[in-house]
Amino acid sequence: MKAKQKASDIIILIILFCLAVLFLAPIFIVLMNSFKGKLYISDAPFQFPSQETFSGLENYIEGIKKIKFVSAFGWSFLITVGSVLLIILLTAMTAWYITRVKSKVTNALYYLFVFSMIVPFQMVMFTMTKVANMTHLDNPIGIMLIYLGFGSGLSVFMFCGFVKSIPLEIEEASIIDGCNPVQTYFQVVLPMLKPIVITVSILNVMWIWNDYLLPYLVIGRDYKTIPIAIQYLKGGYGSIDMGAMMAMLVLAIIPIVLFYLSCQKYIIKGVTAGAVKG
Amino acid sequence: MNRNLKKYFPLFVLPTLAAFTIAFLIPFLLGIYLSFTKFTTVNDASFVGIDNYIKAFQNHDFLNALWFTTRFVVVSVLTINIFAFAVALLLTRGKRGTNVFRTIFFMPNLIGGIVLGYIWKLIINGILYRYGVTLTYSENYGFWGLVVLMNWQMIGYMMIIYIAGIQNVPDDLTEAAKIDGASKWQLLRHVTLPMVMPSITICLFLTLSNSFKLFDQNLALTAGDPSKRSSMLALDIYDTFYGRNGWEGVGQAKAVVFFLIVAAIALLQLKITRKKEVES
Repeated sequence: MKAKQKASDIIILIILFCLAVLFLAPIFIVLMNSFKGKLYISDAPFQFPSQETFSGLENYIEGIKKIKFVSAFGWSFLITVGSVLLIILLTAMTAWYITRVKSKVTNALYYLFVFSMIVPFQMVMFTMTKVANMTHLDNPIGIMLIYLGFGSGLSVFMFCGFVKSIPLEIEEASIIDGCNPVQTYFQVVLPMLKPIVITVSILNVMWIWNDYLLPYLVIGRDYKTIPIAIQYLKGGYGSIDMGAMMAMLVLAIIPIVLFYLSCQKYIIKGVTAGAVKG
Repeated sequence: MNRNLKKYFPLFVLPTLAAFTIAFLIPFLLGIYLSFTKFTTVNDASFVGIDNYIKAFQNHDFLNALWFTTRFVVVSVLTINIFAFAVALLLTRGKRGTNVFRTIFFMPNLIGGIVLGYIWKLIINGILYRYGVTLTYSENYGFWGLVVLMNWQMIGYMMIIYIAGIQNVPDDLTEAAKIDGASKWQLLRHVTLPMVMPSITICLFLTLSNSFKLFDQNLALTAGDPSKRSSMLALDIYDTFYGRNGWEGVGQAKAVVFFLIVAAIALLQLKITRKKEVES
């Protein structure tokens, strides 16, 4: 019985190992090709770089110049961090208010936010771009407000769920101690929201960092984030500099992998919580 | 407390509500209105009734995209969930190093759609090169390319949810079944599967709506080639808006139809989960 158990354990391990190789292979292939001359990529993507095809960092240098990768990284970073900070700060406050103040208005607002979660981006794509143009929000700062508006549905919903589980007594005690609602919120409520703040941050970071269509339509002509810059590399006539493309794919993946490895526990927890509640 | 807080509405709610109105409410309502008009910019709209909807449903590209999307959703939902569940079973049985595997399987989920699309374009074109064709030679290559891509991206994510579900099955239940002489297959069929039903519902709907709304991956992998035959709904709506002059109204009508389908899926999910909660 024991020996049989052990044998099946080993078989499972082998299967899992093969699967892991299969899952990592695509990223490895891109990495490998990023060091090959651009003419040697399309014909034989599965061959290791040889003396003849190895091109060192040439693809990286050319790609960084071609799509201005450094500035793309900067815009992606600025927009993601700015939008997420804004979303966390404001939607948590909103969620606390509409959970604690019971009225027809707050109830209606809650359902409006929930409703917005099911509306796909394509439904508002054209009109949102027009409104952003008219209100002069079509710049890297303005787009943070767009993200706040379009992302508030999920964030408010998740914060509301959490606030409901906080006992009212704690807040009442602070009111009795002479705090006004603003002090109560920032000194008593906000610190208790920490776990859900992490979850909501991660969900929004993953969304905004990888988002392509919204920033492309709103600010894409003047400010290119990483996904826009990579798509831009394709050009209009189907001719792609494959070398630069491979190198830029690698550079686009590196920050994500670093982020993932450094806060893996929170990411898996956050993404799962978002799935179960959303 | 309640009354005290109430007058703080401008501070606590107004900023979010203002952004929400600009980025969502106005565009949403305007979108519904514009779907009944002919326009090129927002200011020159003239009412045309349900003309746009008729045009949309007579539009060959739209019908093709609808059919392509439906087939894609069915195939990818089935494959992703079967594979993810199988992997979750393996991971909950094996003991050593399961965390490393979990980390690896989940990783593709974090990579953005555009990047994913170009990674798989390289690989699939590399394989097809030996047969002298490319990914955009036939829409079937694009179809299966998207299925593989979507599996690679979503399996890890669904696997995590299934693992949580499987680990929640009480040990005494499986022990009791084993003592009663249940085989491994019977155990899976009559104990594990019914117990993880809630996870299955979540995963089915998550893969369903994600596959249905797919855009970035579609754009990067095939961009709809050959000649829009591999366009999914979201990409077809995009092309109608920005690729065809005078068809903005039809694009908006297609978008409304798209929204109604997505909303119907969401309502169905809500209904099913509610029913489950009552039963349990």
